[in-house]
Amino acid sequence: MSFSPFTARQEFVAGLKAEMPIALGVIPFGLIFGVLALAAGVPPLLALAMSSLVFAGSAQFIGAQLIGAGTPGLVIVLTTFVVNLRHALYSSSLAPQMKHLPRRWQFLLAYLLTDEAYAMTIIRYQQDKRDEANQKHYYFLGTGVLLWTVWQVSTAVGIFLGTQVPPGWQLDFTLALTFIGLVVPTLKDKPHVASAAAAAMVAVLTFSWPYKLGLVAAALSGIFVGVILEQGQRFQAGLSAALLQEEVE
Amino acid sequence: MPLFLTILFMGVVTYSIRLGPILFFSQREMPDWLRRMLRYVPTAVLTAIIVPEMLFPGGELALSWMNMRLAAGAAAAFVAWRTHNVLWTIAVGMAVLWVGSWLVG
Repeated sequence: MSFSPFTARQEFVAGLKAEMPIALGVIPFGLIFGVLALAAGVPPLLALAMSSLVFAGSAQFIGAQLIGAGTPGLVIVLTTFVVNLRHALYSSSLAPQMKHLPRRWQFLLAYLLTDEAYAMTIIRYQQDKRDEANQKHYYFLGTGVLLWTVWQVSTAVGIFLGTQVPPGWQLDFTLALTFIGLVVPTLKDKPHVASAAAAAMVAVLTFSWPYKLGLVAAALSGIFVGVILEQGQRFQAGLSAALLQEEVE
Repeated sequence: MPLFLTILFMGVVTYSIRLGPILFFSQREMPDWLRRMLRYVPTAVLTAIIVPEMLFPGGELALSWMNMRLAAGAAAAFVAWRTHNVLWTIAVGMAVLWVGSWLVG
């Protein structure tokens, strides 16, 4: 039984449509991943396997760079963990509205949970927080399926074109640009701005560290600074509330 | 570690991060400290990825307006701030990068 104004099919199509602009932006990045993976010495079949097994653009991109630099596997897996840790936030923010779903849906949607699918899905999920009363998991499925298809096809094309894409196009920069588009809207208060500033500063200072360990250090510093500053704000707010209370009395 | 195993473990780690919280936190509340830490993860991690891409274009620190990746990133950040639209952000960023590189080169 469903109280949703939308059927499963309508939700699915709406998800596809909403994801379309972001999926378009992913195409150049998928192409360049294919090219870059081959250039880094990853065999074509393993590069394809990476897109379906890992299915995370930034981690694949950084992974390919690290493989090219001859980094030990364990360090690559650790870097993947840190780079993808943000998905735990996405996953936990969707968890309350996914608990009524059958296990197979939870397993499938978790596989499709990328930055780009989450960015659209969370908007739909925040519009309607009722759990069982609708078919919005089909919306999530629509965003995920479109992005998955575009990613697999564009990386495959990149792999088979090999070195046909001229380096002068600098398509690798679409990764940074996509992330700029995702990160700027998160800078909504002082702790988030400070968190980004700390991550930026440490990323510059630690750039020469081996194995991109500077990335790990920068990310952890950013998280730490954000949490501490938020704690400080909370403490200050509590203090001024207490002082105000005293004045009133 | 053979390359295939490295990629397999990259996948296992990524999938666990995506699935774990859905399974675990649908049954119970998330502790407050963890929620607070997770809130800053996207901002911190994405910034840590972006900044070196902009400031170290050839592996060397380039703090100058002749560094077109820095100029393009700054333009993209402005567009992202005004529009909250990822596609426009990419389009303007790449346009600045291409036109700028053409003018400088």
